[in-house]
Amino acid sequence: MAMDNLDPHGHDHMVAATEEARRRSAAARLFDIRRVIGGLFTAYGAIVTLVGIFDGAAAVEKAEGVRINLWAGLGMLVFGVLMLLWQWRNPAEPPESQEHERS
Amino acid sequence: MDGGGLRLNMNVLDYGILALYFVTVLGVGFAARRAIRTSVDFFLSGRSLPAWVTGLAFVSANLGALEIIGMAANGAQYGAMTLHYYWIGAVPAMVFLGIVMMPFYYGSKVRSVPEYLRLRFNRPTHLLNALSFAVAQVLIAGVNLYALALIMQALLGWPLWVAIVVGALIVLAYITVGGLSGAIYNEVLQFFVIVAGLLPITILGLVKVGGVAGLMDAVRDSKLGEAGLHTWQDTGTTANPLGAHWIGIVFGLGFVLSFGYWTTNFAEVQRALSAKNMSAARRTPIIAAYPKLLIPVVTVIPGLVALVTVQGLGAESGDLVYNNAIPLLMRDLLPNGVLGVAVTGLVASFMAGMAANVSGFNTVFTYDIWQSYIRRDRPDEYYIRIGRWATVAGVLIGIGTAFIAAGFSNIMNYIQALFSLFNAPLFATFIIGMFWKRMTAAAGFLSLLLGTLAALATYLLYKGGVVHFNSDLEESFWGAGIAFVTVAVVAAIVTPFTRPRRDEELRGLVYGTGGIDLKGDVLTGDAVWWRSPVVLGVIVLTLSLLLYVPFF
Repeated sequence: MAMDNLDPHGHDHMVAATEEARRRSAAARLFDIRRVIGGLFTAYGAIVTLVGIFDGAAAVEKAEGVRINLWAGLGMLVFGVLMLLWQWRNPAEPPESQEHERS
Repeated sequence: MDGGGLRLNMNVLDYGILALYFVTVLGVGFAARRAIRTSVDFFLSGRSLPAWVTGLAFVSANLGALEIIGMAANGAQYGAMTLHYYWIGAVPAMVFLGIVMMPFYYGSKVRSVPEYLRLRFNRPTHLLNALSFAVAQVLIAGVNLYALALIMQALLGWPLWVAIVVGALIVLAYITVGGLSGAIYNEVLQFFVIVAGLLPITILGLVKVGGVAGLMDAVRDSKLGEAGLHTWQDTGTTANPLGAHWIGIVFGLGFVLSFGYWTTNFAEVQRALSAKNMSAARRTPIIAAYPKLLIPVVTVIPGLVALVTVQGLGAESGDLVYNNAIPLLMRDLLPNGVLGVAVTGLVASFMAGMAANVSGFNTVFTYDIWQSYIRRDRPDEYYIRIGRWATVAGVLIGIGTAFIAAGFSNIMNYIQALFSLFNAPLFATFIIGMFWKRMTAAAGFLSLLLGTLAALATYLLYKGGVVHFNSDLEESFWGAGIAFVTVAVVAAIVTPFTRPRRDEELRGLVYGTGGIDLKGDVLTGDAVWWRSPVVLGVIVLTLSLLLYVPFF
C-alpha cells in the first residue's frame, strides 16, 4: 500500500500539521479544575451538613440510626476545602515554562 | 402517585443538589471554551493536562452505565467473582498500556488509535478501524443514554424521552463548546461526585447487615452460598456462579477482553494522549488503576447487600431485576440530602460514560474519516468546526440508538458482546504489529478483518443456538479468544507472502526500530521515584494480587 502520506522523514503530514498547530495552542488559558471541584464540594458539604443538623428522627431511622447527612456533609466539606487549599498553596504552573524546565 | 416501587422521595433540596450539578457541568464546558484556539486544543486539550487529571478522567470515562448499574447487578448475581472485572480484568492491562504501549502512542504523536494503524499498516486497515470505532461509540453512547433515561424514569418519574433529551443536550452542550477539556474536566468532577454519591449507600448497607462479617454470613445463607465469597474456587470446572473456567477468566477476560478494552479503546487512550508530556501520558492509565482497584467498594458491596436485604431480588422482570440493586438500596436507606447526592452521582456516571464515547467519536470522525478521506488540507480551524458538527451528529444518533438497548435484559452483557467484537481482534492486531516489525500492511488489514468476522461468527452462532456456552459472559470470553487466535494465525500466514515496510517507515511505531524518546520532554519533578511509571505500575499490580487473598 502507498505511503503517500509520509514525507521523507517518515512523519505524516497531517500529524505534523497538528503538532504545528500546537504552537498556537490556547491551552495555557485553561482554568484550574481544582477550583471547581473544591467549590462544588464545599457547597454540597455545607448544604448536606445543614440538612444533617436539622434531620428529624425519621431520616435517622431510615439510615439505620446513622446521622448520615451530617457525616457525609462534613466529609464533603472537608474534601472541598482541602481541594481549594491545595490549589491555593500549589497553583498550576503555566505551560510556557515547559521550555525552561527541561532537565 | 403512580409509578413503580422504585420511586424515590426526592424533595426540593435533592433537586437543588442535582440542579447545582447541571449548572456546574455546563459552566465547566463554557469556561473551557476560551482555551480552544486550534484543533489540538479541541480534540486533545492541547496536550497540556497534568497526570492526575488525565488519570482520573481515564477511570471516569469507564465509570458509566457499565460500571455502576451493571457491576452492582453482577455483584448480586455472581458474587465475589465480579471482582475479576476490576483486578485481573483491568489492572494488568492498564499497567501494560502505561509502561509498554504508551511510548508508541504518545511518542509517535498520533492523534488517535486508528491513526496509529494508518501509519503502522495502511489506509484500508485504518478506515476499517475508524469506521467500526465510530459505529461502536455511538451505539455505546446510546446504551449509556438509555440506561440514564431508565433510571430517571424509575427513580424520579421523568418520562423516558425527557430524560433522554435532557441528558443528551447537557453532554452535547459541554462537549461542543468546551471540547475535550470540557469532557475531561467534567469527568474528573464526575469521579468525585460518583464516589460521594455512592459511598453512603455502601456505608449504610454495611451497617444494616452488621458490617463485613455480617455481610459474609448473610451471603453464605443466600442463594449464592459460600461460592459467592470466592473468586477462583471451583474455576477448574464451570461449576461456579460465573460459569467460567479459569482459562476463560485468565486468557479471555484477563488477557484478550481486558487488554482489548483498555489498551486500544480510543475513548480511554484519548485521555492519555491529552497529557502534557510522555511521563504524564504513561502515568495516566497507571494512576487510574489505583481508584479502579477500590471501585468494587461502591459497586460489588452494594450488589451483595442488595442480594441479602432485598427480598426476591433477581426476578426476570419488574422492579426486582438485578440491575436495580443500587436504586433499591437508595430507596431503602438514603434520607433526603445524601439521596440528592446519590442521584446526582448516578446521573454523573451516565454522563461521564456517554461523554467519553462522544468525545472519542468526534475526534475519530474528524481526524480519521473527514480529514483523511473526505476533505484534506483545510485550515486547522475548519476541523474544529467539523468536530463540533460531529458532536451534534454523534449525540443525535446516540439518541436514536438508545432504543436498540431496550431489547436486552442485562445491559452489561450487551456491551461486553460489542467489545468482544470490536476490541479483541483490534488488540491482537496492535500487539503483533507493535512487536513484530516484519508484519506487513496486507497482513494487518486481513488479520483485523478476519479476526472481527471470527468474533462476530462466534457471537451469531451462539445467539442462533448452534454453539453452546454456559452464559453470555462465557461466550464473550471465548469469542474474544477465538478472535485473537484468528488474528495471530492470519498474520503468520499472510506476512511471508507480502512485502514488509522498511524500518525507517516504522520508526517510533514498532518495537526495535528506535525513534522513541522517553525523556525528551521531561519536566523537573518527573524524575522522583513516585512519578516513575514502572514503580507505580509494580505497586498497583502487587496491590491487586494482595486484594485477591481474602477472596480466593
